Amino acid sequence: MSYVWTLAEQSHGRLRDVSFELLSRGRILADKLDTKLCSLLLSSGLADETLRELIHRGADEVYMVDDPRLDKFVVETHSNVLADLVRRYKPHTILAAATSTGRTLMPHVAIKVTAGLTADCTELDIEEGTRLLLQTRPAIGGNIMATIKSPHHWPQMATVRPKSSRPLALDTTRVGNITRIAMQDVHHDARVKVLGLRPYEEGLAGIEEADVVVAGGKGMKKADNFSMLRDLAKQLGGVIGGTRDAVDRGWLSYPHQIGLSGKTISPKLYMCAGVSGSIQHLAGIKTSEYIVAINQDPDANIFQVADFGIVGNLFEVVPLINAKLEAYKKEDK
Amino acid sequence: MNIIIPIKQVPETSDVKMDKETGTMIREGVVSIINPLDLYAIEAGLLLKEQHGGSVTVCTMGPPAAAKALKEAIAMGCDEAVLFTDKRFAGADTWATSYTLAAAIKQVGAFDLIITGERATDGDTGQVGPGIAAWLNLPLATYVSRIESLNAGRIVVERLVEEGYQALDLPLPALLTVVKAVSSPRLPTLRGKKKARAYNLRTLAAVDLPVEDAKIGLKGSPTKVVKIDYPKVTRGGVMVKAVGEEGLNNAVDSLLDFLKDKKLV
Ligand SMILES: Cc1cc2nc3c(=O)[nH]c(=O)nc-3n(C[C@H](O)[C@H](O)[C@H](O)COP(=O)(O)OP(=O)(O)OC[C@H]3O[C@@H](n4cnc5c(N)ncnc54)[C@H](O)[C@@H]3O)c2cc1C
Repeated sequence: MSYVWTLAEQSHGRLRDVSFELLSRGRILADKLDTKLCSLLLSSGLADETLRELIHRGADEVYMVDDPRLDKFVVETHSNVLADLVRRYKPHTILAAATSTGRTLMPHVAIKVTAGLTADCTELDIEEGTRLLLQTRPAIGGNIMATIKSPHHWPQMATVRPKSSRPLALDTTRVGNITRIAMQDVHHDARVKVLGLRPYEEGLAGIEEADVVVAGGKGMKKADNFSMLRDLAKQLGGVIGGTRDAVDRGWLSYPHQIGLSGKTISPKLYMCAGVSGSIQHLAGIKTSEYIVAINQDPDANIFQVADFGIVGNLFEVVPLINAKLEAYKKEDK
Repeated sequence: MNIIIPIKQVPETSDVKMDKETGTMIREGVVSIINPLDLYAIEAGLLLKEQHGGSVTVCTMGPPAAAKALKEAIAMGCDEAVLFTDKRFAGADTWATSYTLAAAIKQVGAFDLIITGERATDGDTGQVGPGIAAWLNLPLATYVSRIESLNAGRIVVERLVEEGYQALDLPLPALLTVVKAVSSPRLPTLRGKKKARAYNLRTLAAVDLPVEDAKIGLKGSPTKVVKIDYPKVTRGGVMVKAVGEEGLNNAVDSLLDFLKDKKLV
């Protein structure tokens, strides 16, 4: 029986949320296929207690290829290791997160093992009868949804948009094996050296992985005005993003840019002020669960996709939202 | 420094309008352009050439009409352009495309660096760059936001990852996929446009390349599109006007109710 695999990711010794999001996807698929769900981690130094959360969040088994040479992501080595595991264990399906790691590793491995791969899926299902993975994803800036399958190639492979599913609730009664696998020396590719990591400025850990994103556009008028959006983001437990115009004016750095030439995000809440809603910007936000927009122009395109819109002057509206949120939180305590 | 830049021709989305009735994109009369994200790759290549000498070759796999995109790249300052075109290439997914491009690039000649855009704005996969690197066994850096240095056969770059900027040191030949932050694309010059008009680009078909028939085009593609939906993007949400002190107050109150209702606060 071939299993469903999900690729876990870690950062600074902690499992990243995408690892659990993938398990809630994988659980559904494995149940439909009547097979096991395995979470696979290529890394080093994570204790069993840490890995057990993968079991508690839906995995039947955990496999960790444990080697210091896998500590930092270097695609050549990771790809050698994963391709070898695929050849040896022949999984039915592999899901990875559509992160910088997943979107680099999976296409590399798909070539090596001659498998089809679908990028950045937002829906997955199993086709009855054929047991093939049906992979649905937005394309052309989110204007179409394409459903794709690989009828003759195995494993079935897909990357999944972060935040497009929620982790399963922690179930500490679940049990499962945690197996450590040694890395083979031949799989180490020493050509590329990781020199280091320069963290982003404060307040931007992974805009793609935030539950709430507060974005500003050209209507914010200047960099200083973003402080009111930062306050709002703080109140909502979110991070700051912006349009290309906001980035090109130097109000925000490029990692904050949302849209066609920036990041694609799927938060629970996307809230924006002074954003017109160009087709290129919408490409990055369409799969957000809720969209709230503040714009003075009632005909602004952003209102077409908004679940809640306020037509008004953002310089009046945003400070009042901040004040009322603060008051609400105080009285809630 | 010989640099190869595989590009893609895509439908232009900037003039695309939404159909207010159906809520979908109006694609009629949309013209084809160089994938906007490939412009950053072209510019990065041109800058490296200016600093280190050598040549920049653009190439694409596509229909004969894709010659227009290649000529635009020549007008920007690229030295050579090669078109891989054949009916048998049609319908290729990212697996078959990267196979064909990898074989074709080897055929075009020796190179030190391949630079691609992060992804194409139509397919949106970002899988072809890493795929070419896998086929050619080239060291790979994706999401490159800065090229730090290039000397003694090695290139140092920064790439955007979730936690920050990761610095990588790669031996050449290597493959980079780049994001917008890497460069600000130049516009074609008048001289460049003149050169592009006179330029005779090289064309290669399947028979000219060391490719297996079973691995190219639709037939060579593991993935098949089984369904296309046109989702409504319009959400028909609530809209309130914040005019006057009272209007403003009410608008923000109802927003708070909305946020509470959806458990967002
Ligand atoms: C190839 C390509 C790629 C692109 N990629 C991206 C991308 O990744 N991301 C992106 O965002 N854009 C991208 N763009 C640019 C895009 O076309 C738009 O130009 C951009 O999104 C507009 O940004 P904006 O909404 O901040 O500015 P504008 O369109 O100028 O909108 C500003 C809005 O602010 C409102 N406003 C002004 N003052 C106030 C006020 N006091 N109170 C309330 N509202 C106010 C106005 O009514 C207006 O709607 C791309 C374009 C191209 C061609």
